[in-house]
Amino acid sequence: MHRGTREYALWSIGMLVILAFALIPVLWIVALSFKTPATITDQQFFPAEFSFENYESLFTGGISESPFIRPLVNSLLIAVISTSIAIVLAAFAAYAIARLSFPGKALILAGALAIAMFPQISTIGPLFDMWRAIGIYDTYIGLIIPYLTFALPLAIYTLVAFFREIPWDLEQAAAVDGATPFQAFRKVIVPLAAPGVFTAAILVFIFCWNDFLFAISLTSSDASRTVPAALAFFTGDSQFTEPTGNIAAAAVLVTIPIIIFVLFFQRRIVAGLTAGAVKG
Amino acid sequence: MAEIALKGVSKRFPDGFEAVKDMDLEISDGEFMILVGPSGCGKSTALRMIAGLEDITEGELRIGDRVVNQMAPKERDIAMVFQNYALYPHMSVRENMAFPLKLAGAPDDEITSKVEDAARILDLTAHLDRRPANLSGGQRQRVAMGRAIVRDPSAFLMDEPLSNLDAKLRVQMRTEVARLQNDLGTTTVYVTHDQTEAMTLGDRVAVMRAGLLQQVGTPAELYAEPDNLFVAGFIGSPAMNFMPAEIDGDVAKLPLGEVKLSDEAKARAASAERGHKVIAGIRPESFEDAAIVSGEVRDRGQTFKAKVDLVESMGSEQYAYFRLEGERASSAELDELAKDAGAEDLPGDGDQVVARIAAESGIKRGTDAELWVDTDRLHFFDAESGRSLKG
Repeated sequence: MHRGTREYALWSIGMLVILAFALIPVLWIVALSFKTPATITDQQFFPAEFSFENYESLFTGGISESPFIRPLVNSLLIAVISTSIAIVLAAFAAYAIARLSFPGKALILAGALAIAMFPQISTIGPLFDMWRAIGIYDTYIGLIIPYLTFALPLAIYTLVAFFREIPWDLEQAAAVDGATPFQAFRKVIVPLAAPGVFTAAILVFIFCWNDFLFAISLTSSDASRTVPAALAFFTGDSQFTEPTGNIAAAAVLVTIPIIIFVLFFQRRIVAGLTAGAVKG
Repeated sequence: MAEIALKGVSKRFPDGFEAVKDMDLEISDGEFMILVGPSGCGKSTALRMIAGLEDITEGELRIGDRVVNQMAPKERDIAMVFQNYALYPHMSVRENMAFPLKLAGAPDDEITSKVEDAARILDLTAHLDRRPANLSGGQRQRVAMGRAIVRDPSAFLMDEPLSNLDAKLRVQMRTEVARLQNDLGTTTVYVTHDQTEAMTLGDRVAVMRAGLLQQVGTPAELYAEPDNLFVAGFIGSPAMNFMPAEIDGDVAKLPLGEVKLSDEAKARAASAERGHKVIAGIRPESFEDAAIVSGEVRDRGQTFKAKVDLVESMGSEQYAYFRLEGERASSAELDELAKDAGAEDLPGDGDQVVARIAAESGIKRGTDAELWVDTDRLHFFDAESGRSLKG
């Protein structure tokens, strides 16, 4: 397939257009985050005066006073806990669904799909009432539960697809070699399903990290408010100024962990992990 | 080391399909037993029942002197080599072979020494730290066998281990498997669909068809004295030729001509009933070019003329193909044999016969040739039941 220079040039232009379309808003926000409050509305793409003021103001006051640090910690802890629980539960469920045939299997899969497609906003009202009644309003667990509910179907489906790819022979070989089903699962299947596990983990983490709906509805203080919700409560210099610079700075900071997380795990998603296990 | 005994073992699947029907088989300690048959005959299912990977619906399975029907695979002290090797791809060769020993909780130095012994026997020492993905087919197959050997089990179960190798490698590995079994002396049950492997490897061979055991015996017994049409047509390559025949006292009327039955041949037709349709079987090896056959041998048989359609030269011998007039020999067994060979829809009227003739024969295709057949070696089968008539 010999690409002529003209075709190559056209492809390059096309890709640049798409990249620009995707990245310009991000660059815009980064640029905004480095502008001083006075120059925010000067309509220049690049900051005239480059300053870290917005970033500094996020962290002033330490963990108790700063509008950003405590929500960041909340976001991190809630996302990590939700992801861990979701992956463990989804792995067990997906293994059963992929390997066993039991009555109600189709119902479970259909149910999971239905839950994932359910409009989340319609659960906000009831959840608000229920959580306040139970007493888990404005707590970690109050957010973890709805996150698990809506993230599990996604994780289960991803992992079922990966478990199905692993040849059944391997578990039988492990059984003959003397492994109990759980040993076979732990030592043979899970290492081989690692790509699927990391894919599901990334998807669940992003869902939890970016969620705004549940965070804003089910929290009322910094006790468990996560960053997307906390951004809505930022105050500017005075009653009348928008804290645009601060919001932009917070947005940039909040994106960085996600990028690191994805880059870290993306390397683990190595295809062909099962190459050589079975013939063909 | 242990005997394996199946008594009345059956396997019925939830949808009603009976994969194995009432199988009785005794395998002595140290014996190399082959289960052979066409696809779908139940041989793999039988093997997996011995391994414990399939439940036994009815019947009793003994390994050693214990009834093991309810035992999990790991308690039966057996090792299995799978058709697809089933190596753990995320572990090195060493870890693959050490896995069963680690699960059993053996001490590390014992594991190391056993793994290295097995690697030496199988010539894998250089590959111990490589991953299965980087090995060739033959090497992977040896790793699978190594994983079975380190456990020093009571029995080896092998499910078509050579069928994924190319032809030359298969021949080489066949001798290795035979040598290994001989050296270790472990009871081995080996499943294959290749009758050549069955004939060359086994102490005894069990032929299966549609879940039923057809015949169990040494390769020589199965070749020379098949119990029924199926075994006769399955064992031996090229397959036995079948043609309709009529037995009239001392004489058998074949499409080749009228053949006077010798005492030996008469014994083979012992239970022939008058008027019953009979199928005669002649192996390709029982033919020869009439011009080459020496005088004293000639008396044992009969000559006939046939128009040779095709001559294939193998170098060491030749195969001549010719047709016989008249209706085809037909029976359910023959149809199944044809289906297994993929030949059910071949066109043509009359039977096609294959004859093996010496390499020095000058028979040419398209010519009318005079051929000789050893009539002592005729087999006779009842056309309806397929059973041999040897009484």
